[in-house]
Amino acid sequence: MIGSDLSIILPEIVLSLYAMAALIGIVYTGKDAMASLATWATTAVLVAMAVFIALQPAGTDVAFGGMFIDDGFARFAKVMILLASAAVLAMSHDYMLRRDLLRFEYPILVTLAVVGMMLMVSAGDLMALYVGLELQSLSLYVVASLRRDSVKSTEAGLKYFVLGALSSGLLLYGASLTYGYAGTTLFSGIIESAQGDLSLGLLFGLVFISAGLAFKVSAAPFHMWTPDVYEGSPAPVTAFFATAPKVAAMALFARVVHDAFGGAVGDWQQVIAALSVVSMFVGAIAAIGQTNIKRLMAYSSIAHMGFALMGLAAGTQLGVQAMLIYMAIYVTMNIAAFAFILGMTRDDALVTDISALNMYSKREPLKAVALLVIMFSLAGVPPLVGFIGKLYVLQAAYDAGLAWLAVAGVIASVIGAFYYLRIVYYMYFGEEVDELDNTSSPVLSGFLLAGAAAMVFGIVNLFGIEGIAQAAAATLVN
Amino acid sequence: METILLFAPLVGALICGFGWRLIGETAAQWTATGLLFLSALLSWITFLTFDGQTESIQILRWIESGTLSTDWAIRMDRLTAIMLIVITTVSALVHLYSFGYMAHDDHFKENESYRPRFFAYLSFFTFAMLMLVTADNLLQLFFGWEGVGVASYLLIGFYIRKQSAGAAAIKAFVVNRVGDFGFLLGIFGIYLLTDSIQFDVIFANAADLASINLEFLWREWNAANLIAFLLFIGAMGKSAQFILHTWLPDAMEGPTPVSALIHAATMVTAGVFLVCRMSPIMEFADWTQNFIVAIGALTAFFAATVGLVQNDIKRVIAYSTCSQLGYMFVAAGVGVYSVAMFHLLTHAFFKAMLFLGAGSVIHGMHHEQDMRNYGGLRHKLPWTFRAMMIGTLAITGVGIPLLYVGFPVGFAGFVSKDAIIESAYAAMPGGYAFWVLVAAAAMTSFYSWRLMFLTFYGEPRGDKHTHEHAHESPTVMLVPLGVLAIGAVLAGMVWYKPFFGSEQSVEAYFGVIEKQEKKAEIGFTLVAPAYAAGSDDDHGDDHGTSYPDPLPGQGAIYMGPDNHVLHEAHLVPKWVKVAPFIAMVLGFALSWLMYIRHPGSAAKLAEQQRPLYNFLLNKWYVDEIYDFIFVNPARRIGHFLWKKGDGATIDGGLNGVAMGIVPYFTKKLNQAQSGYVFHYAFAMVIGIAILLTWMTLTGN
Repeated sequence: MIGSDLSIILPEIVLSLYAMAALIGIVYTGKDAMASLATWATTAVLVAMAVFIALQPAGTDVAFGGMFIDDGFARFAKVMILLASAAVLAMSHDYMLRRDLLRFEYPILVTLAVVGMMLMVSAGDLMALYVGLELQSLSLYVVASLRRDSVKSTEAGLKYFVLGALSSGLLLYGASLTYGYAGTTLFSGIIESAQGDLSLGLLFGLVFISAGLAFKVSAAPFHMWTPDVYEGSPAPVTAFFATAPKVAAMALFARVVHDAFGGAVGDWQQVIAALSVVSMFVGAIAAIGQTNIKRLMAYSSIAHMGFALMGLAAGTQLGVQAMLIYMAIYVTMNIAAFAFILGMTRDDALVTDISALNMYSKREPLKAVALLVIMFSLAGVPPLVGFIGKLYVLQAAYDAGLAWLAVAGVIASVIGAFYYLRIVYYMYFGEEVDELDNTSSPVLSGFLLAGAAAMVFGIVNLFGIEGIAQAAAATLVN
Repeated sequence: METILLFAPLVGALICGFGWRLIGETAAQWTATGLLFLSALLSWITFLTFDGQTESIQILRWIESGTLSTDWAIRMDRLTAIMLIVITTVSALVHLYSFGYMAHDDHFKENESYRPRFFAYLSFFTFAMLMLVTADNLLQLFFGWEGVGVASYLLIGFYIRKQSAGAAAIKAFVVNRVGDFGFLLGIFGIYLLTDSIQFDVIFANAADLASINLEFLWREWNAANLIAFLLFIGAMGKSAQFILHTWLPDAMEGPTPVSALIHAATMVTAGVFLVCRMSPIMEFADWTQNFIVAIGALTAFFAATVGLVQNDIKRVIAYSTCSQLGYMFVAAGVGVYSVAMFHLLTHAFFKAMLFLGAGSVIHGMHHEQDMRNYGGLRHKLPWTFRAMMIGTLAITGVGIPLLYVGFPVGFAGFVSKDAIIESAYAAMPGGYAFWVLVAAAAMTSFYSWRLMFLTFYGEPRGDKHTHEHAHESPTVMLVPLGVLAIGAVLAGMVWYKPFFGSEQSVEAYFGVIEKQEKKAEIGFTLVAPAYAAGSDDDHGDDHGTSYPDPLPGQGAIYMGPDNHVLHEAHLVPKWVKVAPFIAMVLGFALSWLMYIRHPGSAAKLAEQQRPLYNFLLNKWYVDEIYDFIFVNPARRIGHFLWKKGDGATIDGGLNGVAMGIVPYFTKKLNQAQSGYVFHYAFAMVIGIAILLTWMTLTGN
């Protein structure tokens, strides 16, 4: 049996071994001089792993007595996580190299975080869930304070760690309550106890677990770390925070509520709907006051998580499908947006104030158009892909009888449109200011333009992602 | 050939409207005019060689949607052929006339280019009108119907700097919307019941409609009556019938050639055309037919009374048009569609000529339109005077009563108007329609002669300077008058037989019965053209004997098996036939007395009968009533919704949210983002506390 179990978690094993081997190898050889090579190698390994997983035959395999589940849903999420991480690594290289930030630990920590995320989305047990979550979190705490000589960066790491510990505490408390009332930590066992009306203990467990996970997806009111950490971390790390971990946490959220509490949809639907609506409005309203583009992206991701949660709140297969599609679109948009932000430099220093974008269209018309497309897509302007994602979650929520939530979502997205459009306004109608550097690397430009093109051409068929997401959702909800 | 004549005006409009910068103003105008003359020539060829058999020429598949399948096609039948010559002839002549009339215009600045635009609009109008009359289904007809509406709007408001012209254009458009709404409902009703908007299918099902009841506005209606009624509402709007007539006099704000083309000869007759086109349905709608007669007679009478006292030369003719349209509707209402078309045809000639003549006077008098400032112009404008005289003789119906030499002898209006009056008597012997029309004829005569006397006779009045500089119009304006004069004199006599001859000749002409078949069956002698019948007194002698009744949709018009008005109109008593002539003479005599014999007596009479005079001068106060009932309340509601609804509620609400509430929360949220970890942790704890409490209270 152990042999087949190991073959099921082969990708995770390979990545872990790679991380450890690379760590030892580099420590004994060139250290930071090898960082550049390690980054590219890690990127390649992550992409290769994504391809390997994507080519896996369909079907559900369970390993270690149900603690690890390898199904279509997990594979969909894993591919997204791997590709997003690889993209962020590729974008980071030049930026970090130029600022002397490129430590060899960075790619290795990212790899370990990815392993944690992959464990999260495949978790079939509260223990596996926690181990995966902590592996991911601890790696992230470290990369947040990667810039050890910067007060802001270390502050970000510390804040993230303290609050993350609190959320882990909430999660663990919920897990122990659930174990206490269900008598098992296996999701497949919990779901048998959690049918119909939940006992108060299980209800508390559910709420505490939800709160812990809401922290990870930075859903309001557990979002407050997000702007500070996003601002303080080095920009490539921020890009990483905004993408892969969000996918992992969201997928884990879906996994827990469907696999462990699938019999009590009515209960967690309320919790998630509440988180969703608060997140959408907080994300939309608070961002209006921001002039720092990294904080702005933090609130943007809070609002977007609200929308993804709306899909999840539907509690249906369509809802999960909508959530997956939304996350895929969100990740693509964010990678493109951060590809732009990483190039926002003046005299080689990152400029985060959005007023620096004044009249940007005059100097870089092509990139301005690309950013315009990305911003419109983030705001959900039809017919761009971002609109289709919103439409999906609205449809799911409406079909599930949550019309009020859909209406709230539309209102929030109207409010949120303000700050995306403001950036476009600055680029096209603002006043002349000091120019930004004109030294964007081809990698960044490539990601930006490719992302923008995807937002435009994706409206044809979303590159076929709908069908895959549907199949993935079908394996989770049945 | 039909396709060419149909699209030539469109090509002209496009070249003239968009291409004049490339080819120059004059070339653009000549292109449009030349193409219209081509179109007119082809129309006449089509008309004269047409054998009366309905045919359909498909141009393209238009709409396929569910059971709705619509072609873009030309329906060629006698009605279409008649309308083709009316439209293209008048339009071509008006194009030509406009070279002179629009040469200089004080409404536009120096060097401002307005002529190509004018010609493009005229050509576009012609195209839309042709679309209307050649339509082979209701949708295509509606397309043309709205197209002419747009063209009319553009041309009425052609003097873009004139406030009143803009207002008149909007009024025309809005009033027509009311009619169009009825028309659309009628089309929907037809589609609902017959599942088609194709004329062939509709006509084939016409008889069934009469036996269906339709629920509409909370009660049951007979389907044929209801649909016919709704279609007639549309016709009322377009043809300016009473209640919906108010836009037509105001439409005189447009340049005079426009009034001649659109508001006299063609567009306003579209309603009459529609009723004739839908004759298979009308024949099964008795109640609506009576309604049409009533409205037609009322309009003929009303407009004539108002025309008696108007002082603006164009307004007199406008009310005259309105009145004559009433005549046509009476004819259509009593079931003699061919007679309605007859009057439409002759009216097009003499009314267009009267308008163009009036335009010539206005042109010669430097845009003075008030007849009180005219007088004695026959010496200054000799050719215009002659043309106007012919037009007046035609409209008042001068002819030799009771003389019949294969056709009655008289001007065009004499033949066609008498035909209508006789038909009205035949349909309802001694009924109101007959008497009203005769009274209207007397008034027509009065105001037409009043116009002539005030304009061309007596002493010059008004500004001396203007009179000294009064001049005859250029040749390009006089030639159209001459051509139309021929029509005004001869049209009635030439086309008497096919429009108002025996039932056989009319039905053969309109393609209702096969000529060959009829010839074999009843020994009808065919002399080319088919309608030139053998004997003079062949009116319906062999009626109803040897051939089957035609079916609806056979031929261009349909007259039900019980509809013998056409036959009986020839058998009315002698005094009925003479009545309109006497009325005409009375009107003339009175007019002569008041304006030639005792000038000034008119003013005295107006003084004595002040209330009546004001009532007529103010057009029965219809506009004032509308202002009171519709316009002012609508304006008040609009103002309320604008200021309170849109301004205060929507704008204010949005501004309040966007500039007050949202920034407030933004500020609060950003304040909460203090940077202190314990604040963040506190928020999390509060969040989970609220969630737990809420779930505990609602969860179980």
